[in-house]
Amino acid sequence: MDLYFLELFFSGLTRGGIYTLIALGYTMVYGIIGLINFAHGEIYMIAAFIGLTFAGIFSILQFSLISILLIAVFFAMLFSAAYGYTIEKTAYKPLRQASRLAPLISAIGMSIFLREYVILAQTPDFLAFPMLFGDLELPEFMMDFIQPTETIIILVSFFLVGILLLFIKHTKTGKAMRAISQDREMAMLLGVNSDKIISFTFMVGSLLAAFGAILISAHIGQINYNIGFIIGIKAFTAAVLGGIGSIPGAALGGLTLGLIESFATGYISSDYEDVFAFGILVLILIFKPAGFLGKKEHKKV
Amino acid sequence: MKLTRIGVLILVLLTTLFYLGAGNAVFASDTIKIGLAGPFSGDLAPYGIPPKDTVRLAAEVLNRSGGLLGKQVQILAEDDQCKAGTATNVASKLVGEGVIAVIGHICSGATIAAMSVYRAVKIPVISPSATNPSLTLENKNPNFFRTIPHDAAQANLQVDFITRHLKAKKVAIVHDKGDYGKGLATLVAEGLKQKKVEIVIFEGITPGAVDYSALIRKVKHANPDVVAFGGYHPEGSKIVTQARKRNIKASFISGDGLKDPSFIKIGRKFVEGYYVSSPADISKVEISREITRILKSKNQKAGNFGLQAHAAVTAIFNAVKKTNSTDPEKLQKALRSEKIDTTLGMISFDKNGDILGSGFSMYQVRDGQFVPVKW
Repeated sequence: MDLYFLELFFSGLTRGGIYTLIALGYTMVYGIIGLINFAHGEIYMIAAFIGLTFAGIFSILQFSLISILLIAVFFAMLFSAAYGYTIEKTAYKPLRQASRLAPLISAIGMSIFLREYVILAQTPDFLAFPMLFGDLELPEFMMDFIQPTETIIILVSFFLVGILLLFIKHTKTGKAMRAISQDREMAMLLGVNSDKIISFTFMVGSLLAAFGAILISAHIGQINYNIGFIIGIKAFTAAVLGGIGSIPGAALGGLTLGLIESFATGYISSDYEDVFAFGILVLILIFKPAGFLGKKEHKKV
Repeated sequence: MKLTRIGVLILVLLTTLFYLGAGNAVFASDTIKIGLAGPFSGDLAPYGIPPKDTVRLAAEVLNRSGGLLGKQVQILAEDDQCKAGTATNVASKLVGEGVIAVIGHICSGATIAAMSVYRAVKIPVISPSATNPSLTLENKNPNFFRTIPHDAAQANLQVDFITRHLKAKKVAIVHDKGDYGKGLATLVAEGLKQKKVEIVIFEGITPGAVDYSALIRKVKHANPDVVAFGGYHPEGSKIVTQARKRNIKASFISGDGLKDPSFIKIGRKFVEGYYVSSPADISKVEISREITRILKSKNQKAGNFGLQAHAAVTAIFNAVKKTNSTDPEKLQKALRSEKIDTTLGMISFDKNGDILGSGFSMYQVRDGQFVPVKW
């Protein structure tokens, strides 16, 4: 294993971590109500704008970088949870009994609405995002193949996947979420407040997107109204690849996608990055239609 | 029948008007006519209207001070909508009206089509905006000139700069897969190959992708002296930011797609030292400032090609004055030999008809500003 391979491996891991953070939101919502929330990428984008606003305010007030980072993350999470909650209540809840296509179109509409809203209310231009990690240092031998911010992104995404798994397995709310995902009507008959749990799921998904938004924007250094689009599509792809509805699946799918892209760029050409990523997606779906860890749905008779 | 009578009346009126118009045309041997063709309606009108405004302004000013050869100058503007078919019709019409020269056309495609008409009558044609290299470089349009550098000029400048100033041996070329970015990158790559510079990477990226770290690592591995990027400023700043963070010391160079204030705004300290080729800054040329001011008072704009069109018509005026004639071949010869003071500074035309004295120059980001590079 030469150094070049390691470098590509870690850059794939970083991308994978980024995809995972966003894919979690898609996969959780799908797991609970079988809806693909296309507005998720836009929540990510709005969280980045909110983070930028608060980072701006608090850097004028001369706070230290690390506290600005924490404050930005906190407010971005707070606001995006509110956005997630509102989107669910306005765009999806009224359509819960409608055909499956209706909420899908409503989701696409919501996504376009949010993007246009940011163009009009904020700006269509690119904005600089402060490098909130400052100049972190890693031991010399590591700096060759990985950067501090990349390490943070990878660790945080694994950490969040772990927390989420524990939460769903061991808390009462988690149990209710699992119950609704298995059979919503039955869960409701047994006294689970499904509306509350669904709202909660949207809020958690948005929190994670916000967390990801701040980390990634501080790593990349620029944002605009369109940043949620490609990342949303890629994260959705990752979720499908890993088996949509499964949380470890999102992580597995994200990492697979990130690594494929990185190796395709490194060993072949970045011209073909997307060709390989989506080619492999097609292949995997041919042989494993439910993704890596997805459950096959059995038609109930 | 009342209607018939009204109809006859209208017919008579129209005929009279027609004769009046024709009479005007006969009269017009007392004026010098200059044609102007471009898109004045439709999607591309924003490219055609400013040249129309500036050319008319130039004619007005000239007429107030006595015109040319003792005659008034008349500008005949015809709309070609940037369509090749319309452009040849427009060209025939202008030639039929007896214009001594044409300013235009605006779009390369329309210009190429219209040249088939103008070539036969040899009247000089000066385009302020058609940048397709074939118009001048294939030696079939001796009467064609342009006041804008052709597409290959920017690439040639970059190649020159990379080989002579930066003295690069190995160059990595990245582009955004778009018409502009990839087109420029391809021309630069071809130029560098001719100069025996090694191209270590030639790859496209997906604009808007999350990060480019895999490509950056590849670039670092290839260890080039220069990275040339063809594309626009958001991707440019993203790539250079990630490259600098990863300690890539190579010089970066790009085209006018990056010469935008927001490139520096979002790239901050990471874009320091970035080289950008871009049309020479004419905002300090006295005439162009004056023209811009007058246009503003009329609520008009110089647009992308207005000042180039003004320079083109000034060149025609100058050629007529110097030769004291409107003979097409004499005018061509004068255009090739004269140096003219215009909105673009002192310009002249080379033997192909391409502009000299106003072209692309190199800039470098220094302390958050684009500063011209002396080399």
